[in-house]
This record gives sequence, C-alpha cells and structure tokens, in this order.
Amino acid sequence: MKNNVYGRIFGGKQNIVSLGVLALVLLVVLPVSLDIFRLNLVGKYLTYAFVALGLVMLWGKAGVLSLGQGVFFGLGGYCMAMFLKLEASDPISTKIQSTPGIPDFMDWNQLTHLPAFWVPFKSLPFSLFAVFAVPTLVAFVVGLAMFKRRVGGVYFAVITQALALILSLGIDSRQGYTGGRNGITDLKTMWGWDIRTHHAQYILYFATSILLLLAILLSQWLLSGKTGKMLLAMRDREDRVRFSGYDVSMFKVATFCFAAALSGLGGALFVLQVGFISPSLVGIVPSIEMVIFAAVGGRSSLYGAVYGTLLVNTGKSLFSETFPQLWLFAMGGLFIAVVVLFPDGLAGVFDLLRKKLSPLIEKWRNKPMPVGLPGAVKGDQS
Amino acid sequence: MMFAYTPSELWSIFVMQGFAGLSLFSVLLLMALGLAIIFGQMGVVNLAHGEFMALGAYTVYLCSTLVTNHAPKLQPYYFVIAICVAFIAAALAGLLVEWSLIRFLYKRPLDTLLATWGLSLIMQQSFRSIFGAREVTPTLPEWLMGSFKPTPNIDIPINGVFVMGLTLLLAFGVWLFMYRSKMGLHMRATVQNRTMSSAVGINTKLVDRFTFSLGCGIAGVAGAAFTTIGSTGPDSGSRYIVDTFLVVVFGGASSLMGTIASAFGIAQGQSILEFFLEGTQGKVAILLTIVIVLMIRPKGLFPGKVRAA
Amino acid sequence: MSSNTNFLLAIEDLTVSFDGFKAVDSLNLYIEKDELRVIIGPNGAGKTTVLDMICGKTRPTGGSIKFKNRELVGLQEHRIVHEGVGRKFQTPSIYENLTVFENLEVSYPKGRTVLGCVGFKRTPEVLERIHKVAEEISLQDYLDTEGAFLSHGQKQWLEIGMLLMQEPQLVMLDEPVAGMSPPEREQTAALIKRICKGRCIIVIEHDMDFVSRIAHKVTVLHLGKILAEGSMEEIRNNPKVVDVYLGH
Repeated sequence: MKNNVYGRIFGGKQNIVSLGVLALVLLVVLPVSLDIFRLNLVGKYLTYAFVALGLVMLWGKAGVLSLGQGVFFGLGGYCMAMFLKLEASDPISTKIQSTPGIPDFMDWNQLTHLPAFWVPFKSLPFSLFAVFAVPTLVAFVVGLAMFKRRVGGVYFAVITQALALILSLGIDSRQGYTGGRNGITDLKTMWGWDIRTHHAQYILYFATSILLLLAILLSQWLLSGKTGKMLLAMRDREDRVRFSGYDVSMFKVATFCFAAALSGLGGALFVLQVGFISPSLVGIVPSIEMVIFAAVGGRSSLYGAVYGTLLVNTGKSLFSETFPQLWLFAMGGLFIAVVVLFPDGLAGVFDLLRKKLSPLIEKWRNKPMPVGLPGAVKGDQS
Repeated sequence: MMFAYTPSELWSIFVMQGFAGLSLFSVLLLMALGLAIIFGQMGVVNLAHGEFMALGAYTVYLCSTLVTNHAPKLQPYYFVIAICVAFIAAALAGLLVEWSLIRFLYKRPLDTLLATWGLSLIMQQSFRSIFGAREVTPTLPEWLMGSFKPTPNIDIPINGVFVMGLTLLLAFGVWLFMYRSKMGLHMRATVQNRTMSSAVGINTKLVDRFTFSLGCGIAGVAGAAFTTIGSTGPDSGSRYIVDTFLVVVFGGASSLMGTIASAFGIAQGQSILEFFLEGTQGKVAILLTIVIVLMIRPKGLFPGKVRAA
Repeated sequence: MSSNTNFLLAIEDLTVSFDGFKAVDSLNLYIEKDELRVIIGPNGAGKTTVLDMICGKTRPTGGSIKFKNRELVGLQEHRIVHEGVGRKFQTPSIYENLTVFENLEVSYPKGRTVLGCVGFKRTPEVLERIHKVAEEISLQDYLDTEGAFLSHGQKQWLEIGMLLMQEPQLVMLDEPVAGMSPPEREQTAALIKRICKGRCIIVIEHDMDFVSRIAHKVTVLHLGKILAEGSMEEIRNNPKVVDVYLGH
C-alpha cells in the first residue's frame, strides 16, 4: 500500500474494490431498479448510515460505545429543520396566524415573537455551519468531561443513554420552542428550491449517496496512517499507549466529535429527504437501533456499516408490515444473535467466505499446475 | 413559581410531594437494589431489568385474576402471597436467562448491554402478545386503598406507606443476607477475588447464577409494589430503566448506603421539581443535574474504596 | 520544601498507603546521571510501587519525586513521558497486532497529539532512527514480524527498543530478564550497559548473577523502606540483607 495521499485515501486494492461496488450499488443499481418512492426510503436509510459510520469509528476502532448517537443526529436535523421551517413561515404564507411570520406551532402556543435562539437560523450559511458545529460542540464538552476522568465502558454508555433521554424529553416538553412531540413539520423549500418534488428527491438521494461515499473516504484516510494504528492500540492496550506519551483522552474526544459531526450531517440530510424531524428520532430507542445497524454490518467495517443499515431497515419495513407482532421478536433476536453468534457481522461473514473461496479460486485459475503442489496459494494477501 | 403559595400551603405541598416522592423512592430503590447487586457485584449490565419488574407486576395481576375467578374468599389475603410468587417467578426467569445467555458474556460488558436490550424487546413483545397492549391492574385488596389525613391539607395514601414499608423490609433483608449469611459471603468473595474464591472451593459459576436470579427476583418484588401505585403495560419496564441506572451509578455502584441515598435524593428531587416545573420539565431538570454531577464526579456519591491503579 | 539538587532523580520522603497499609514508607532515593541502579528486595517490598509512582501510574500520598529538578508528582502519565521518563513493565507490554517496525514507529517522540498523528509522515529521520534502534536491540531482521509472533525474550527487547525510541533520560526496567535463557540474559546485560550512557537507569531484578554484572549501585528495599544501599559486594556481605532476602 503506497504511503502517499492517494494510497491512504483509497486504502489499498481491496478497499478500492469495496468502494467501487458500493458506489455502483448506490449510484447506479438502486436508482435504476427502484421507483422514486422506494428510492426516497433508501435515501432515508442512508442518512442513518452516517450515524453507523460514526459508530464504526467510535466503537469498532476506538472501542467506545455510545448509546446516544441519536442526540447528534437530532441536533443536526433540528438545525436544518429550523432553517427550513423559518423559510416556510414567511409572513405571506402565514398571514392567517395571530402572529404572522413565525412557525405555526409557536402561534398555537401563543408565542408572539421568535425566540432568540431561533433567529440565527434564518441564515443558510449559519444553519449549515450549525449542523456540524452544534453536535461537535456538545460531543466535545461531554467527551472532555468524561474521558479526561477516565470514564469509559458501561458508565459512559449509560450516560449517553441519559443524554438521549434528556434531549428527547426536553424537546418534547417545550412545545412552543421546539414543536414538541409532533416535531417540526410542513417543510417546503430550501432557499427557494422546493424539496418536495420528485426531481428534488432524486437530487437529494444522489447528494446523500455521494456525501456518504466521501465520508467513507475521509474515514479511510484518517485510519490509514498512524491514527488508525493508534486507535487500534488504544482499544487493545490503553495503558501502554499512555506510557508511550499519548494523551488517550484527547483521541477519544476527537473520535467522539467526528462521530457526532457525521451523525449531525446525517440528521440534516434526513430532514431534507423526509421533510420533518421529531423527538422520536432523538431518544433512547433510535439511538440503540443505530448501534445495531453498525453491529450487523460488522462494527469495525466502514462498508459494513452501510450494508448493515440498509439491510436492517429494509427488513424492518418489510417485516413490520406483514408481521407486526413478530417484528419486535426478530429485532430482539437480532441483537442477541449479533452479539453472541456474529460479533463481526456481515463483514465477518464476508471475510470468512473470502478466505474459504480464495484458495479455490486460485486453484481454478492455476489449473495447469504440476501434480505435486497441493493448491498452495501464491502471491500476496494484503 | 414557589412564591404564589402561602407558607403553610408550601409546607403541605412539600409534605405531600414528599410522600409522592417516597413512592417513587421505593420503586427506584427496589429496582436499583436488584440492578446494583447484578452490576455492582458482577459487572453485568442488564438493560432488561425493567422487564423483570414488569414480569413481577404481571404475575400479581395473574394471581389477582385467578383469585377473583376461582377463590373470591381469598381476596383480602392473596396480595402478600402474590408478592412472594412474583419474587419466585422473576427469580426463576432470571435463572433461565443467566443460564442461556448471560453466562457467555461475563467478560464483555458492552456486549451484555446490547444482548439484554434485545432480551428486553423480546420480553416486551411477549407481554404484548400474552396480556394485550392495554394496561392492566390487579384488583387490590381493601386494606390498601384510601388514605389517612393527619391534617386537612395533608393526604397520605396508604398504598404509598405499604410500598415504603415493603421497600425498607427488603433493603434490610438484602443487607442481612449479604453481610450475615454464608451465601452472601460467597457472593462478596467472588466479586472481590474470583480466582481465589474459586481456589478455596466456592463454585463461582453457581454464585453468579444465584446473584443474577436474586437481582431479578428483587425486581419482581419491585413490580409487585409498582402495581399498587400504577397500572402495568408492556412497556412499563422501560419507563424507569434509565432512571434506575442513574440511581445506581450516582450512588456509587458498590455501596448499599450510596444506592439508598441516591434513590432518595433523586426521587425527592424529581417529585418536588415536577410540581413546580410543569410535567416532564421536572424530570428533565433532575436528569440534567445528575448527569452534570456525574461529569464532575464520575464515581458517584459514595464510590467504593479502590486500591490505587 | 526540597531544594534543587544535582541528582538527575531525587526522591524524597515518598510514601503511599493503600487503605492504611503503607506500601512505601518515607523513601529517599538519589540517582545520578550515567548511573545504573538496581533495586532488589523480597516480594511485596514496594519495588514496583516505586516505579508506578515515578511514571504516574499511582499517586503517592506524600513526598516528592524530582526529575531534572522538575516535580513529577501530580503530572499525568503522558506528560511524565514527555519529561523523559521511560518504563518497561514486568510482563512484556507491546502492541501485539502491530509489526516490530510499527511498534517502534509508534513510539517515536513526534506526532503524539491527535493532529500530529493525522499529519504524521514517515520521514527519512524516522526510518533511520527505527533502523538504528532495531539494530541496538538485535531485531533488525524481524522488522516485519507481528509482535504476537516474537519470542518472550524478543518481546522484552522490543519493549526496551520502544523505550529507546522515546530518547528517555530515565529508563526504568522491571524484571527485564524474567523468562530469558542464559545467552539472552548476556545479550540483555550488554544492551543495558550500552544504553546507560547519558541516562540513568533503574532496574528491578531477582537474578543476583545478572545484577552483579550490571549494577553500579544496589538498593535493597524491605517493607517499603530502604534496608541497605551500596555496591554489590557490600550488599552481598550485609548480614541484614542476607537474613531478609539473600538467604543461604
């Protein structure tokens, strides 16, 4: 593997193939074979994949389990939703309200002016910045407080759960300021561009896919150099890494922030494609589900995260329509199976198959071989 | 906010919220006791703990239906027996779960989190399929209903007092068991030094199994107690699981006193805040406070004494 | 308030107690540059605990540890490493999943912050240093072998190599020859004597033969206190030491 920039981004022959396959699936196969309705659904699932990707970096590579990634997904989503809602609440369309020019739910709650923290979201550049900045900032504060004090493992996971609960309850309880349980709905346009048309949904789907692929490339680049080795070392021998002169807590904070930023981006893309956000996407249940997407794909595999997310969500839609009673059993069983039987998820299964098949393929390729050699595999195995 | 009331009204509010807080304290403590035993002693995290509580509640409901339909004369007496049955049912269920799932995951606490979450989904759906999605209540005996009023402004519900009494009894029982019985000694020894305990002939696998069952059994009693103050639905268990974990972590997972103090503080804090801030905002406020305190003091209020490094 | 000293490492009044048990009791220890000090003593004497306190793994309950006249007590582990302290642990503690080359690369004293890691480049200087250290520890032919596949002795040497990469001025070796064969012990003794120049080294060991080959000065610990200090000859003939530790 070359040690220059390209080598590091693409991460070797095997990863180029994986990237190519995924790009083909997302950018060609799916748009061609699915109607816009289903494609939009896939687009939605892909936004969850951003969270799963972050979890692969945080959990699979750095060994830190967060059960509250919904918080960051939600923060990014709400930032985008606030911008879109303000745009949809211009004085002309809301002239029937008691106070025109503010979102409808504020009007129902007898608010007479826009709360101060909403005002900056009138600007698109600020909102786009906030989509990344707000989750990252929260992750930084929480991460610093926890990791500097060597809080990890189970304690950390429980506290992230509590954060998810706090945010979802907090949003829920303040209907006037946040739209409450119903969330922020009725979103129409982004800077004048109508996001509800089929045309727009196609564009948003491709944008999401491309951004996801770029996120994978970025993660690969980060992992390919010393950083990847250090994360692995920290996961397996944290103490030793400290004695090599590394401040382990800062690495965890950085990874946590990275995962948060990715999740925030996912949230924003979700809002654009689906047209609403609510606290039901922020709380404990969705946060833990996002972990299972990463686990099914193989918690250390970036590509696995995407396939895992698509698989579980597709299964969920299909299953819960036809067998609503059985679906929760299946989901619970999936959690247990992935932990007990398939800790490496789809990626692990794939690797196993590859190992079993590659000597066979080599044999087939080298058929005219002298009799004495017992199918030994030559050539490099990276 | 607080200033709209006269001092005597305020006092009555505090006393009443205090008692409402005591009910919440009891439920939290019962749940936390079981969870702390499992987590503090074994390092196993059981996200399905709430479902064991619900199991206890549903057991009491079953007993109630049986008694009402087949032996109405036993009506006033069945409740105490039902509590014991709830304990046994939950403990047995815990035994089954430990044997079939948990014992493979002892060295992997993060994986236990996920596996027990899956278990909780399965249990919730089972409740839904067997008992229906609507909430149910057992028929409570006469002597549990009503309240007594020491002063015109203060209304103390009897079931709250009962639950409190039960909780204190159980907490005392747990303490007695852990510190005065042979099995309790084995449990503590296994926690402190597994290899040595095994070397002196303690069957650590059995101790683990027993510990887990005991923790679940206590959750079952919590569920039974819960039926006196609220109705039971398939997701009643998940309502309190995060709070319970925070109680355990906040109190410092290895200390019984810490768990009691933590449950008391959190329950009272929530109860009082819930009155003055509307509805869920009180809960949000208390959760936020706990998390902030934990960020400053991650080991909780009464951390166990740990040998340095 | 302790004054500045000429010693590279000055430990004064060092005490640590665990739940009332004094593992180390008012210890005073002074080490000069270029000195190789060996600490011996029965198990439980507090030897490893002293090293733990110097490198920041354990916090003392009293006393001071000054290295190059800078106080180490209270600093975080990675900061103490930056001050020039390197430690080798009792059980070989290398990165099993990384190759020998990568183990050494990771110990290079540059690029240890988050941003430093991301931007780390394998410059010729880095490569040169890695090769030099690999030769020093006799592993230059094993650069591409994964840590997990090294022999026990080789793992010990690798860990010493990782220390050397950091260019420490205080090297602490906890039982460096445990589990090694006699020829390996000879090689290790030679290695340790070579790296002594420009640094001070503390070694904890039980093999008296090995100790006599390398030690400039020996300190005997017993029950958290210094029992005796001097050259190997003096120690061997000290009746108290014979009683408590050396036996025969």
